Amino acid sequence: MKRIWAGSLALVLVSGLAACGGSEGGSATPGGMAKDQQTPQGVVSLTGAGATFPYPIYSKWFDTYGRSHPVRVTYGSIGSGGGIRQVTEKTVDFGASDAPMNEEELSKAPGMLHIPTVLGAVTVAYNVPGVQQPIRLSGEVLGDMFLGRIRKWNDPRVAALNPGVPLPDRDVIVVYRTDGSGTTFVFTDYLSAVNAAWKQQVGTGKSVRWPTGLGAKGNEGVAGQVRQTPGAIGYVELAYARQANLQTASVENRAGQFVQPSVEATTAAAEEISREIGPTSDFRISIVNPEGTNAYPIASWTYLLVPPQIENCAKARALVDVIRWSLTEGGDQARELHYAPLPEGVRDLVIERLGTVTCGPDRQPVGAAG
Amino acid sequence: MQPIPEEAGVTAGPARSPVARLAPAFARGNLADRVYGLTLLAMGLTIPVLLAFLLFRVGVSALPALREFGWGFVTGTDWNPVESQFGALPFIFGTLASSLLAVVIAVPLAVGLAIFLTELAPRWLAAPIAFGTELLAAIPSVVYGLWGIFVMVPWLRRTIQEPLANTLGDTIPLFRGPAYGVSILAAGVILAIMIVPFISAVSREVLAAVPRVQREGALALGATRWEMTWQVVLPYATPGIIGAVILGLGRALGETMAVTMVIGNRPDITASLFAPGYTMASVLANEFAEASTDLYLAALMEIALILFGITIVVNTFARLMVWRVARRGGR
Repeated sequence: MKRIWAGSLALVLVSGLAACGGSEGGSATPGGMAKDQQTPQGVVSLTGAGATFPYPIYSKWFDTYGRSHPVRVTYGSIGSGGGIRQVTEKTVDFGASDAPMNEEELSKAPGMLHIPTVLGAVTVAYNVPGVQQPIRLSGEVLGDMFLGRIRKWNDPRVAALNPGVPLPDRDVIVVYRTDGSGTTFVFTDYLSAVNAAWKQQVGTGKSVRWPTGLGAKGNEGVAGQVRQTPGAIGYVELAYARQANLQTASVENRAGQFVQPSVEATTAAAEEISREIGPTSDFRISIVNPEGTNAYPIASWTYLLVPPQIENCAKARALVDVIRWSLTEGGDQARELHYAPLPEGVRDLVIERLGTVTCGPDRQPVGAAG
Repeated sequence: MQPIPEEAGVTAGPARSPVARLAPAFARGNLADRVYGLTLLAMGLTIPVLLAFLLFRVGVSALPALREFGWGFVTGTDWNPVESQFGALPFIFGTLASSLLAVVIAVPLAVGLAIFLTELAPRWLAAPIAFGTELLAAIPSVVYGLWGIFVMVPWLRRTIQEPLANTLGDTIPLFRGPAYGVSILAAGVILAIMIVPFISAVSREVLAAVPRVQREGALALGATRWEMTWQVVLPYATPGIIGAVILGLGRALGETMAVTMVIGNRPDITASLFAPGYTMASVLANEFAEASTDLYLAALMEIALILFGITIVVNTFARLMVWRVARRGGR
């Protein structure tokens, strides 16, 4: 018996060692090349970390780009907070975040470039049995529901927005994201913009003190909770709402129109905002509740965080090029995955800004033209 | 006492390393023995050193919060990252409430199971039941969580929470509605299922360690099987069973994934079992990735420190209890 044990233990050890050796051998090639990658023929490896929301489109972009270019990008979707920390500590080449860095964070990483990549919409999903047509909600009413001031679905203020809709006498059960997330940031940013009481009592953040309701983990958690709780209302990203087949509210925009969330309505929102963006903007501006009759009001961009000075010039060039390629060639892939690409005006400004990245000891600009 | 000869031999040697003084066994014998001894010593020390380092790092990271809030952190009930206000009491309450509820549900089940398996069950039945119970311990907690969300929570809401909240809810605060489904009750039930295998496995060992002569003596004096179990075997095993229960409690305190999926994640302190709550492990898992300000991170670290402290105390206590029985017991 003992001998069998010893034998199997040895086997496990040997196979474990073999596995280690194998993976080391595998990663040694790109890693080693990355160090002497001054030659353009070498494979450059870039690492990034951050937001989970854009992970599907980033991995698609980086994978597609890697097939035709000698660049390997590894992206870890560890959350925006982790992405900001890691790029600040320079343990990764670039970071990613849904919410812009605040002043405290920027003071530790001065000049960090915010590069908007795609836009995402946050939908208001609900489960109201017996109602087929989309329920209409204004920002004021939505905020009061999440504040716990509107407690029934047939409240006169909800009914006033939805004439002829058979709203039931059910409790409104608020479902929120309990894990810190950019989705929460965008949603609370919107509520702060349209509901004064919300702004005063709760405010904007990736995690906030919710006045009422239940917390669920992740988009899938909120979607699941909303689907199985009659009377529930929550917020999830557009892609998840579509995947989970949830009913989504038509939200009133600044022009007084009730708009269903969609990629087109999100782009429309960004186009409105892009008129306000000048060439000196740092892009750290909120796009919730914009003007425009077709604009969906709860949307935001997600950012890549790029250090303004990168020591290794090959890495700097590769990073700038992969981002530029993604922004110019990756629009269709983004739409397929329910993200809205940047409007052209903003995109050109962003690409121009990318060119200001400098590299090497003498801080040469990498250049936008590449 | 006579000096031990081997030790004297080492002392006589010219170079007396600290290793030789502290652990003479490693400085003796031929080279191979010494290398072997030292290697094993290093392996043995790794874990305590790791534990100490972990405690140190978490403590250092928690310092800003310790300084900012002092004791107010443990008694504060307000958790508001936007305003940088952090109080941990709702999380401590949620952790203790859900874990104690789990223990209350799990103990009769697990101890009853252990008694059945050691005292009553025929062998052909005992083996598969014991195997099935231990299989429960092998299920990943996220699977429990998913099962909890999609099967257990709707069931709890329909068959337990809604009827109770609608009838007794107004008079008994414990059953006050509304019946959301996700709740401290749901967390307690799922934790109970998760700790039953631990409690029953350790209890079974403790019961099996009760010396055979105790049982034979009781039977010889004319005791029935029931009397033997309740008046002889159980009293003998009680400290060990308490240890088993506390071991289960320790596991329940630290459980993260399954709990966060069914507890409702709301930092409130309420008397109702049907109200949502929040645990320390859950808030760490939920908010750590996106916590970017220093104070916020430190506050989370301090919660980790509190959780660390509670589980260390609970587990040490449980170990001591189990050892006491094992030392007293026969084989």
